Amino acid sequence: MILGLEYGFMRHALAAGSAIALLSAAVGYFITLRRQAFAAHALSHVGFAGAAGAILLGASAYLGLFAFTLVSAVALALTAGHLRSRDVGIGMVLMFALGLGVLFLNLYTANAQAAMSILFGSIVGVTAAQAGLSLGVCLAGLAALAVLYRPLCFASFNPEGAQARGVKTRRLDLLFLLLVAVTVAIAVPVIGALLIFALLVGPAATAQTLSRSVGGGIALSMLLGLAITWGGLAAAYTIGYPASTWIATLSFIAYALAQGWRAWRHATAPD
Amino acid sequence: MNAPAAAASPEWAIDAAGLRCLLGGRAVVDGLDLRVAPGQFVGVFGANGAGKTTLLRALLGLVPVQAKRLRLLGADGVSRRTHVGYVSQRDPIGADSFLRVRSYIAAAWQGERWGLGLRQAAQRALAVEQALRAMEIGDLAERGMDTLSGGQRQRVRIAQALVNPVRMLLLDEPLSNLDPQAQQRILHTARRLCSQQGMTVLMTAHDINPLLPHMDRVLYLAEGRGRLGTVDEVVNGPALSALYGVPMAVARDAGYVFIHPAQGFMAEGNVHCGHEHGEGSGKGQA
Repeated sequence: MILGLEYGFMRHALAAGSAIALLSAAVGYFITLRRQAFAAHALSHVGFAGAAGAILLGASAYLGLFAFTLVSAVALALTAGHLRSRDVGIGMVLMFALGLGVLFLNLYTANAQAAMSILFGSIVGVTAAQAGLSLGVCLAGLAALAVLYRPLCFASFNPEGAQARGVKTRRLDLLFLLLVAVTVAIAVPVIGALLIFALLVGPAATAQTLSRSVGGGIALSMLLGLAITWGGLAAAYTIGYPASTWIATLSFIAYALAQGWRAWRHATAPD
Repeated sequence: MNAPAAAASPEWAIDAAGLRCLLGGRAVVDGLDLRVAPGQFVGVFGANGAGKTTLLRALLGLVPVQAKRLRLLGADGVSRRTHVGYVSQRDPIGADSFLRVRSYIAAAWQGERWGLGLRQAAQRALAVEQALRAMEIGDLAERGMDTLSGGQRQRVRIAQALVNPVRMLLLDEPLSNLDPQAQQRILHTARRLCSQQGMTVLMTAHDINPLLPHMDRVLYLAEGRGRLGTVDEVVNGPALSALYGVPMAVARDAGYVFIHPAQGFMAEGNVHCGHEHGEGSGKGQA
């Protein structure tokens, strides 16, 4: 059977992977638009620390992931207006989180595999419960994004114009960062904290190179995310090597091709 | 019809008394009286830090404001600010994005409302079409924002401020860094919006000359205060001297005006010899 769908682990991998790809691609579109890629990167490392801490305490990794990423998102949103340089603030949070993560792993010496799977993902190790959680969070996240859609677009392209029409941009920033936190929390165990850009930024950045409209760009981003995930799983199943590697590779190739296409078009465009 | 009182009396577009705008705890504008009639084109001038931007942002409720009286478009306070289009001084980062012009303008349409707005797609397309026509940029609609010249981008930004049904435009330095031709295009369009659609326009600028043939009123801000009137009422030596608290002079030549300190820019060494350099003495006079 195609893709080995007769195996439970492949069905779970496909379901969880697709859900995470769709939500990441849609949320990621606004992450790149708002130039918050570094914040998303930091949240994934905070998630790593949270997951490691939860495993150390014998709790579900998801508990730690959600707790750490949501609290950090609130902290990032609240300090945004007061920090002289937001990037430095995010970097400090990122550094502290990684320090904690190392400590948790150091204390929890029983299983080195746990650390590997948080950092690099274990998409074919997804359980039925994990797949269900991913699907549920994906649907809820997409619904939340649909509610935020118009003010988020307006504020991302023209924050001062949005404020002038009464959009509470700081509250919107907080809500959006919470959405990023939730997305990161379900994506980290599957694609891995270090490879999260493959689904969170890659498809969105590629779509923004290829499409000049918002709706079309988000649709293309989600389509690319799905294609990359399915292609990666199919390659891992038929050829071998980790699915995470394939997904990261495909994400990179799509991005590189899109950039190359744009450069070629700029070079040949009649001016 | 439900409010005959409001409909019968000619309402000011802006009616403010004793306006006080705070920026970082400091009163940048203090005790400004302002009455602007609908459909007027008002040029707002003053040195850097005189409060031009702060005044515009205060009218939008973005800056804390105190006033004895403040009515905007016939309602108390700034509750009618969704009827006001605002173009900020600095280009937002989205203004040179990958988006096509049409999509960039559409992003502002009813941007303060939640949801996708899918059912209003036809309405939105119509509003974008009208905004493109108002700014005469139909030919740019399919261009990418990152391919526009400075003058084109400025007209697109004003079109975005017009995409919602607004009755007033607040334009913060829309002419800066533009060549004279691009400046004239924006000024002509603003003038036409006032005359044909009854739009009230407040435009801040540094050089008063390009605006002279187009504007109805001058608002000159200095030392926290301001003076509103026709060009002849405001742009003269006595009025500006009272505003600045130091002697000012206005030179006119070949249809241009030139505002300068009465002793000239170069005379500082001579003028200030032998007396105190305190600034407070001049302030209380007006």
